[in-house]
Amino acid sequence: MRRIGVGLRPLLESVLAGLIGLGVGAIIMRAWGYNPWPAYMALFKESFGSGYGLANALANATPLILTALTFAVGARAGLFIIGAEGMMYMGAMAAVAASFFRLPSGWHALFALLGAALAGMVWGLIPAVLKAYRGVHEVISTIMFNWLAHFFAFYLVANVLVDPIRAEKTISVAKTSRLPILFRGTDLSFGIAVAVGLAFLFYLLLWHTVAGYEIRAAGANPHAARYGGVSPRRTVLLVFILGGMAAGLAGAVETMGRPPTYAVYSGLTNIAGFGFDGIGVAMIGRIHPLGIIPAAIFYGGLQAGARLMQMEAKVPFEMVRAVQGAIVLALALPELARLFRVFVRRARFQEKKT
Amino acid sequence: MNWAYFWSLFSISLHAMVPITLTAVGEVIGESAGLFNIGLEGILLLSAFTGTLGARAGGPLLGLAVGLFTGLGVGTIFGLICAYWKGNQMIAGVGINLFALGFVAFGLQVLGSPGFYTVPREAKLPPIRTEVGAFSPVIIVALILPFIVHWLLNHTRLGLRIKAVGENPEAADVAGIPVELTQLLSTAVGAALAGLAGAYMSVSWLGSVTKEISAGRGFIALATVVFSGLRPLLALAGGVLFGFFESLATWIQSLPGVKEVVPWQFISMIPYVATLLVVAGVIGRVRFPKGLGVPYRRE
Repeated sequence: MRRIGVGLRPLLESVLAGLIGLGVGAIIMRAWGYNPWPAYMALFKESFGSGYGLANALANATPLILTALTFAVGARAGLFIIGAEGMMYMGAMAAVAASFFRLPSGWHALFALLGAALAGMVWGLIPAVLKAYRGVHEVISTIMFNWLAHFFAFYLVANVLVDPIRAEKTISVAKTSRLPILFRGTDLSFGIAVAVGLAFLFYLLLWHTVAGYEIRAAGANPHAARYGGVSPRRTVLLVFILGGMAAGLAGAVETMGRPPTYAVYSGLTNIAGFGFDGIGVAMIGRIHPLGIIPAAIFYGGLQAGARLMQMEAKVPFEMVRAVQGAIVLALALPELARLFRVFVRRARFQEKKT
Repeated sequence: MNWAYFWSLFSISLHAMVPITLTAVGEVIGESAGLFNIGLEGILLLSAFTGTLGARAGGPLLGLAVGLFTGLGVGTIFGLICAYWKGNQMIAGVGINLFALGFVAFGLQVLGSPGFYTVPREAKLPPIRTEVGAFSPVIIVALILPFIVHWLLNHTRLGLRIKAVGENPEAADVAGIPVELTQLLSTAVGAALAGLAGAYMSVSWLGSVTKEISAGRGFIALATVVFSGLRPLLALAGGVLFGFFESLATWIQSLPGVKEVVPWQFISMIPYVATLLVVAGVIGRVRFPKGLGVPYRRE
């Protein structure tokens, strides 16, 4: 485990935080008069109880892996990039716009993927330059760029990419540019291979190349890294470029690999939120490219199951995002596992006393 | 074009200034003590929602109070995690934001209106009606509060202690100031002001709650704090500035003939572009407490 940069304790902490999050979710459901047990039963039965559910959990995990990579690569360099949301919108726009061109099947998809990665990258570069040359805090700049992307995408969806027949959505991605569906009847597309492949690439880059070593050094100790000859500016630019590409691809897989419409709806309803969810996924995956994969499947499963939970137990599915927020809050605690042990010991101590 | 148009710009600005100013001034207190809370956006969103519930149950004043206490509660949790348990402030802030997104969307759904809820007329805070228009009473609070906080931070022992904790927690600790408690209280009170701001948006100003009601204002408030260099009076100035840009976007769209020329989406970008430009312009000229963002551990 040491070789790939994770230990057992982070895993334990993630599981613990997951349980805390589900506990908070149960309290919320209780408080609003729902019964949490059947709700959670429905949720997990749906997402992890059948091959069909699992395929949909993986389909939901696909964009989350990519947006989580954006956050993770930034966090490894000590940057708090919360701009995956906006970068993802731009990627989705580019992926749809690529269908204005005519290209042979397969090549067209590759072209669209590259275009989306480029769009996300360009969108990430402006906050990167502001950070590197003007010192603008990346939290503020990326959030502002999320809003700019939000309005820009609104404009594109309504005016440029609009479907001439159905005005509530963009044109559908051309058949030649779609990602093939892996299992008939599910939403699981070839996009999962793109996402998992990129996660492995990010892992190799971060742990087995000089550039990756410099990124991690800049995050672990900026002063020492600078003294050692790592250019802070170059690191910032590199991290935003990598992150922008990943988030751009998230927008691409969500449009090119999402049946039945392969389009973006007005109000961005079918692509909104993946960027923010990616932050939580990255945290649960301990900002490690390989840890992100199971974390995304866990969260993608929660999302897939939550739809059924809404139908069966009538609990609104947005509940899972509140659960995720609680998980992240718990993960903010350093050495969560140690704290937990202290609590247990204290409780035992008090038991003995009474 | 007549005076009425300009007057409406002034009136919207005055209302838009309130949430940014209150949130920013609150964050000035918290950051003075060394805690950096990026969860303000989430606090605005949460308290806009809980404030509505309070107002529905017991009138507008209860609504504002519930918003205030929501902020205080979330701020206390944030303070516990970051001051006492030495948690990562950035991650905790993101956690608050994510939680708020989910919780409010969930709550709105439970209220039976996916994504949108209109505050009943009797639950809305009645505006002060003057000859020149109707204004929310909370505006007065937002105009006075920065002066109170200015006095508190710069002219009282308590303010000195807060700033000592933010600037040099070791020295403050040695001098016998309870570092953790000071940080917890500062950030909680700051968050309470953000809570009041959130409730103001739903109960007094806009009269409705949506999933997007905070619209980045929490982050614009953070930008205002950067702009102010932790001086409450400059935070008020920044709040007025950003409130103006926000209103400008709304106002331009209301002008006849503009929509046909420039799409509304581009006009809506004005406040966010303005924020970026202002922050990029002032950075390097402001100084922040040395202990900001770093958990204090006794050696």
